[in-house]
Amino acid sequence: MSDTVTARLITRELSAGSALPELRKDAITKLQLVKYAGASGDYNLIHTDDETARRVSLDGVIAHGMLSMAFLGQYLCWLTGPESIRRLTVRFVEMVRPGDVLTCRGRVKAKELERDGQRVTLELWTENQRAQPVTTGEAEVVIA
Amino acid sequence: MGRLEERVSDPLVSRDLIGRQSDEVLVEIERGAIRKFAEAVGDTTEACLRGELAPPTFPTTIRIPIPGVTYDLSRVLHGGQEYRFERPIRAGDRLRCRTRLQDVYQREGRLGAMTFLIIELEGRDENGERVFSGRSTVIVR
Repeated sequence: MSDTVTARLITRELSAGSALPELRKDAITKLQLVKYAGASGDYNLIHTDDETARRVSLDGVIAHGMLSMAFLGQYLCWLTGPESIRRLTVRFVEMVRPGDVLTCRGRVKAKELERDGQRVTLELWTENQRAQPVTTGEAEVVIA
Repeated sequence: MGRLEERVSDPLVSRDLIGRQSDEVLVEIERGAIRKFAEAVGDTTEACLRGELAPPTFPTTIRIPIPGVTYDLSRVLHGGQEYRFERPIRAGDRLRCRTRLQDVYQREGRLGAMTFLIIELEGRDENGERVFSGRSTVIVR
């Protein structure tokens, strides 16, 4: 369903360039990385074992890039509803560590009318507590 | 990070392998798996927490090795990821999935020569209609 408040806001009021409301996530914990490893099936030990991470010249474990993409997936569901999502594309640009607090942000990039509704392209990114973008990307949603 | 779990000493993947694909695997989308994924992410989307609709990055749980494409997991970085959907993935879906090595190329980066692998994943329903596709950029350093 794409009947969220923001979906209506995007189709009726926001135009290209408009900023979207932000979603701030809780600080990432090592426990979350263990849970995400299990739930996603990504058992690369650089995400859960400090010893392995140090062996490949990291200071300690780093978060799965896919976890910060999952935050953007949640952000999209929150913005326009899970049924609206047609595409999500990201690049992983900075490492994320336990303790980091990520905030999802975005803005409207383009809107076009389609048979089933409005196809909206959104620019999305997560940034850390130092306001550095860590995962940047784009999404397409169709809002009926 | 990384879709293929086998460990080998040589991290480089030959361009000869471009186009190689996995067998088709039937993946049953389980409600419990969706819930566990949403909980791990802290995703509060109700339909996902109930295990009815898969969060958009749920296809990352579908890991199908491509024969001959192997690398040392601790030397890979995930450069980028894309998912496209015809419709959301739902609990109870039986998806016929396949991965394919779409491209391999070398680039000089900050860390020296790196190998980039583009790996595609596709899921079709039982009628053969595409439900989703994915495209991963995997960097082997």
